[in-house]
Amino acid sequence: MSGASITAEPPAQGAPPPTGKTRDWKGYAVALGFLAPTLFFLGLWIVYPAVNTFKRSFYSRSGDEFIWFDNYEQIFTSDVLLTAVKNNAIWVLVVPALVTAIGLIFAVLTERVSWSVAFKTAVFMPMAISAFAAGVTWRIMYQQDPDQGAINAAIAAVRDAVDPPGVLSDAAPSTDAIVGTPQGGLTLAEPVEPGSVVPLGLTRVSADEVPEDAAQAVLPEALSGGITGAVWRDFKPGGGTPGEVETEEVGLPGVTVELKTADGESVDSTTSEADGTFAFEDVEPGSYLVGIGSATFAEPFNGVSWLGERLITPSIIISYIWIWAGFAMVVIAAGLAAIPRDVLEAARTDGASEWQVFRRVTAPLLAPVLTVVFITMLINVLKVFDIVISVAPGSVQDDASVLALAMWRTAFGGTSNLGLGSAIAVFIFVLVVPVLLLNIRRFRREA
Amino acid sequence: MATVDVAEPVRVSREGTGSRILRWVGKTPLHLLLVIVGLLWLVPTIGIFLTSLLSAEAYLEGGWWQVVSEPSKLTFENYSAIFDNETITSSLVTTIWIAVGGTLLPIVVGALAGYAFAWLEFPARDWLFVIVIALLVVPLQMALIPMFKLYETFGINDTVFALILFHTAFGLPFAIFLLRNFFIGIPKDLLEAARIDGASEIRIFVRLILPLGLPAIASLAIFQFLWTWNDLLVALVFGRDTQPLTVAIYRQLAQFGANIEIIAPATFVSLVIPLVVFFAFQRYFVQGLLAGSVK
Repeated sequence: MSGASITAEPPAQGAPPPTGKTRDWKGYAVALGFLAPTLFFLGLWIVYPAVNTFKRSFYSRSGDEFIWFDNYEQIFTSDVLLTAVKNNAIWVLVVPALVTAIGLIFAVLTERVSWSVAFKTAVFMPMAISAFAAGVTWRIMYQQDPDQGAINAAIAAVRDAVDPPGVLSDAAPSTDAIVGTPQGGLTLAEPVEPGSVVPLGLTRVSADEVPEDAAQAVLPEALSGGITGAVWRDFKPGGGTPGEVETEEVGLPGVTVELKTADGESVDSTTSEADGTFAFEDVEPGSYLVGIGSATFAEPFNGVSWLGERLITPSIIISYIWIWAGFAMVVIAAGLAAIPRDVLEAARTDGASEWQVFRRVTAPLLAPVLTVVFITMLINVLKVFDIVISVAPGSVQDDASVLALAMWRTAFGGTSNLGLGSAIAVFIFVLVVPVLLLNIRRFRREA
Repeated sequence: MATVDVAEPVRVSREGTGSRILRWVGKTPLHLLLVIVGLLWLVPTIGIFLTSLLSAEAYLEGGWWQVVSEPSKLTFENYSAIFDNETITSSLVTTIWIAVGGTLLPIVVGALAGYAFAWLEFPARDWLFVIVIALLVVPLQMALIPMFKLYETFGINDTVFALILFHTAFGLPFAIFLLRNFFIGIPKDLLEAARIDGASEIRIFVRLILPLGLPAIASLAIFQFLWTWNDLLVALVFGRDTQPLTVAIYRQLAQFGANIEIIAPATFVSLVIPLVVFFAFQRYFVQGLLAGSVK
């Protein structure tokens, strides 16, 4: 797990003082007995392989040629590995700070809430779940199709409420009397006067897009002082006359019909009925253009591509924060609880505002805990693996790659380059060490 | 942060009911915010559970939230299917073995060493302890390649045994750290009394240290269990055929949509057991976490 922020404590004064040489040696033998299994495991599974990996990182793929730092050079020259380095840099810059900040906000907000246990349990729960299972869970959340991915479904719901989608995705005028494109809007080529009946026939409307309530199209009567007309699917199986409303041709309901002046200034708009008819009443004399607004063809929401190459790293980072915010919150909350109440009270008595108390008293006293959380996250992030491999589909794993993933793929994937894989492992190790030394030194200073 | 109420809690008892209600009302935006965030945090887990109860067709048509309007689509068929699926059941058994072995062995080995570091006298003891703790830094990536080859030489690749040994070694530094620091807090008088009575060190260890150290051992057990149960990387390398559940699910991910009937329920099984452990032993889990990170 993350023993990362652990430090060696000063020696304990536990053991009794030794008396006499023979007892010493017997005592040492007993101690060795207790330690033997540990030495065996640590020596054979950690020390020996670590030394071996270090050595191997200077040898070629086959292992029989000493190639100095060529493997390390490759980390920074191969495209795939360089992407992993860059992504890992993003992780390092963004995640520890965000997790610590969110943990702090949650810890402060819940401090005086009576039911905070319920909140903390909900937020902390993902810590128990494996990063892998969490990744699979989020991959379901992130599916692009708004019918499968919950996040896109939520976005679609909001979007449909704010900006309803059009009824049709595409159409073309059935006669030359109408010009324009679906995206820009379709309009009559020649202006009409009030009292006219305007047929707006459309082709290229696919059958499954015709609304269910569509009825046989009808061309309405002329209306004095008004403009009427119909929008319909001008297509008759077996052939018909373009521009004429015929039997078996259905109206297109819900289409946005716009009334504009001859210079294109919008006057009025309405939507068509089930039989395709529409009417503008009380239109002042003059010449007008009637058209189908582009709103009719507004593209339906196809979903944000969370798992596409562009957003994949932010997406994985969000799911990672979902896991670790609880850890930060619990540790910081414990730190908050440890701040002596009388210190805060003294500051308040002296007339400090709550914000000042937080900034000048709470935050400095909390700084060591915040540092621990930050550094723990820093080390975790340098080794991140499971969540990347589970959230990112195979096709974008090159774009989402991080050092640990690159190491595994290089050494154990198809290429099986043990020299380069070893070099990446050493690189991760070298990045982690200074962070940990920093941690130990800080603890020593505090002790 | 402006909504944080920082009034002294001690004063609450002296307040009248009226002002207490007022304070509650004043906090409403905060409560509301916390309720919303808390619920949002639960959504992914609820989502995978509901997905695991849908047929693939139903999932592809409308996502897991459709069960709110159409609860009749829920079915346990996916679960009966995965428990009939040889790959999944055998990987579940493998996972259980790895988690049990990978929890018990480091506890035994770590407790022995923890006792030695806390209460036995021998040369360079404190140096050795620092070295053991320093090994916490070594990322397990450093061991994968050589151990793979070594396991191959000994012919134990692809065995549960090999996985348990690997988890034991990498669990040890933390185990020793945690247990030694706990053992050292055991009153010295107790040990000296036992020593004067002529009890051997191993007897003291078994009869005194282990029972008294139970809280720390419990914390450690939970961590180690979660760590080994949830592992993917180690098993991907050493368990190609002897695969635990995580690896078995990983192999299904290539056909995500088509295999959702297997992926979702298997993932839920894989995450529900750690969750049960977590809820049952939450106290020890948090204690261990704080011991590990705040000293």
